[in-house]
Order: sequence, then C-alpha cells, then structure tokens
Amino acid sequence: MNEFADSAVPAIGRGFRLQWEAAQNAHVLLYPEGMVKLNGSAGEILSRCDGVRAIEQIVADLEGAFNQTGLAPDVRAFVAMALERGWLELRS
Amino acid sequence: MTTPPIPGPPLWLLLELTYRCPLHCVFCYNPVDFASVEDELETADWIRVLREARELGAVQLGLSGGEPLVREDAEEIAAEAHRLGYYTNLITSGVGLTESRIRAFKSAGLDHIQLSFQDSTREMNDFLSHTKTFELKQRVAAMIKAHGYPMVLNCVIHRMNIDHLDTIIEMADTLGAEYLELANTQYYSWAHVNRDQLLPSRAQLVEAERKTNVWREKLGKRMRIFFVVPDYYETRPKKCMNGWGTTFMTVTPDGTALPCHTAKMLPGLSFPNVRSSSVREAWFESDGFNRFRGTGWMKEPCASCDEREKDFGGCRCQAYLLANDPALADPVCDKSPHHHVVLEAAARADKTTRVVEKPLVFRGPKESGALSATKPLVQQPARSSARTGGPCSSARRLSA
Repeated sequence: MNEFADSAVPAIGRGFRLQWEAAQNAHVLLYPEGMVKLNGSAGEILSRCDGVRAIEQIVADLEGAFNQTGLAPDVRAFVAMALERGWLELRS
Repeated sequence: MTTPPIPGPPLWLLLELTYRCPLHCVFCYNPVDFASVEDELETADWIRVLREARELGAVQLGLSGGEPLVREDAEEIAAEAHRLGYYTNLITSGVGLTESRIRAFKSAGLDHIQLSFQDSTREMNDFLSHTKTFELKQRVAAMIKAHGYPMVLNCVIHRMNIDHLDTIIEMADTLGAEYLELANTQYYSWAHVNRDQLLPSRAQLVEAERKTNVWREKLGKRMRIFFVVPDYYETRPKKCMNGWGTTFMTVTPDGTALPCHTAKMLPGLSFPNVRSSSVREAWFESDGFNRFRGTGWMKEPCASCDEREKDFGGCRCQAYLLANDPALADPVCDKSPHHHVVLEAAARADKTTRVVEKPLVFRGPKESGALSATKPLVQQPARSSARTGGPCSSARRLSA
C-alpha cells in the first residue's frame, strides 16, 4: 500500500477533523463517534497534510523543522497507514 | 472506601435535548417514565453547558434525544458547538430533517449526521419492504450525501430483524452508507421490559456475525461495518462507558448530568443538575460521579479480581437491574454469583421459537404512564446505548 508518488498531495479525509487540544496536550483526529489522540510525530505529519503540500514538501518541511534527514521512509509509511484508515486522502 | 481517583476531562459530551420523539421504539434506552419529564432546558442553558464542558476539554459532542430535531434551536446549539471547537454529531431518525434545516446545519458547522433505523417492527418492515419509511430514509440519506456529510447508518439489531441482516446491509449499501453500525440491543429500560422478545438466540447471533464478515469482505473499504454484540453472550463484562466518570457525560433534557445515559435509575445516588451546578462541579465534585470511579467502591468478586482495572466491574446499571445492587459485579461476568440470571435469559432465547408470546410495549407517552403507575420496579430503570449503538460501544473505539 505504498503505491503513491512523492508528488501526491495528502489531505485530511472527509469526515475527519484534525485539531490541537490543549486539555490533552496533543493533536487529535476526530471522526464519527471516535477520536484518536496522536503522538507527537503523527501530529507533526498530519498537521502538514493540508491538501496543498506534496509528500516530498512535507518531508522537506519536517527535516527542516527538526533538523533531521532521511525522514521520507517514515513519513511514507505513516501516510500509507493513514490512507488505509481513511485519515488521509490523496488529491491529485 | 478509598478516595476516588481524580479523573481527566469529560472528553465526550452527549446532550439529550429532548425526550420528545415521533417514534415509539421498543428498545429505547430513555427512561420508561419519560412522559413525566417536561421541563426541558432552555437554549441558553445548553449553550452554557457547551462552554463549560469545552473549557474542561470536552471535544466529541452528540446531539441526541428523543428526536433532537423536535427542538427548533438544534441548529443554534450546533452553531455554538462549532464555534467552541466541538466535533458535533446529530443523532437523528431523519424525521423532520428538511432541505432547509440541513442547509442551516451545514452552515452552522455540524460535522456529522447519524441516521438511525429505530422502530423495530413497523419501521423495519417498512424498510425491508421499501415502503414509506424506506422512501423517507432514502430521501434523507440522499440529502445527507448531497451536503457532503459522511453517511453513517445505525441499525439496532434484535431477535426480530437479525435474520434479515443480508437485506439490511444490502440496503445500507444502496443508500450509499460509508459506515454501518449494527448495534445489538443493550437490555436497559424499554429494551429490558421487552427483553424476552428481543434477545436473539446464540445461533442467530453466530449466523449474523458470519454474514457480516462475508459482507465486509465483499464491500471492503466502501462501507465499514461495526457489529456490536449483546453482552448477554459474553463471560466478561464490557468496560462500560470506558469506565464510570472517566470519559463521558450525558445531560438529560431536564439538566441532570449523568455518567451514562441511564444512571438515573440507580438507587441511593444523587446526580447534579446543570441548572444549579457548573459542569466542573458536576464532573469533579458530585457524589454521583465520584461514587463508582476507580476501584475503591468494589465488593467481591471484583475487589480482589486481577481484571478489575480492565473492565471496572462492568455496568453499574446492569448490576442493579439483574442483581439488585449497583455495587456488585455485572452479572455478565461468569465470576458473578448472579451470572445464572444472564444464562437463564440466554437459555430462554435459545428455546423460544420466533413466535412472540406477549405483546411488545411500544415506547410512547401513554405506555410510559402505565409503566410508572403499575410497575414501580421498572419506573426508574433505563440505561445504555442500544439507540446510538453509541457511547458504550464507541468507547471501545475511543483509544483506537
């Protein structure tokens, strides 16, 4: 399920909403009758999936923000999992 | 008794805006004496509750009832909820959802509409035979989709419709549902009164799960199907409401704040009312919410059980309904000395033929009066979430 290009543009899936919750000190993903509390890296990735930035840009943003390299495989693996669960969908 | 633990915020808020409802479901979890509840909160009260709960950290919001669309201020309440940052779900039968109202909800920022199939025999028969209710649902479903909402269908399952599961799933797919919740009736309140007619046999249940799995394979990601089993066939109780007073707060039409939909039935407890308590006081300081928090209140076999933190002894209302003491183990647990009550009900369900021997009691103001007057034992009952399949079943998905 890694069949998407680095130029693909992920956005939060229909029916899901991402927001920062101060009371939980975390990003959460809200959906019909459920909520996922995201860990730090999941929150950083999803909050950049805005339907504008491509996956390669998101990787570059994260590498810049956290002064790291080689994040692409982790980001792609997370995006694949999030697509599978409907948290994300791809815009072309 | 040890001091109850200090809980986190009430993440999940359910507002039962009204008990009024155009339907008369035999499995409704509303109190069986609901007809006596007439003093509903005003719009301003609901909005204050929303603000106060949001300040504590509440974020998932259900607008329910009764039929919430009976309230003309449902859009106004949804709009305020959106401004405050809630993810808001309108739980409706669809009766009363017009094009102009759905437009108003959309511009108010409502996130999601859950369309429920509720009336067990009349409506289900209509539904299964494509008659007038089916047309209503089809129209409402199309409207929901046209406005870009995810299509969430909830269907309460019981003895009288469980054998029609294939048709129900097929119809849900025809309506374009993206989520289908097949929620087996939970036996509280009206459903408890009607339990012998509603509880499916084990064989029916096994077959229903098999069919559901076949459909899951066939439909894949197009439609996600949740199947909520009735806990009478389990040997360990559910972690009811994700743990008493840990996650959920329900506010009833008259402003009573409860740890679950039906806790009001429990004897010896008093629950706060949001007319005189803030949500903070109700959640953190009231006796009602603190009573069954944590494990300090437990008796044996729960008190020394190594699974006590896992299910918190199950459901307090079920313990009261089946063992007559809300501080006992939920009799669904096979360690409970009252487990035989559950086994006996299940055994009766296995033996009973499809023929219904006593008439079902349809939920309605008239019947509610009769129950209050003649059956004091069931006057206070009520509990959980057959209706939405809801918080009880969803709690399991909360930490997904």
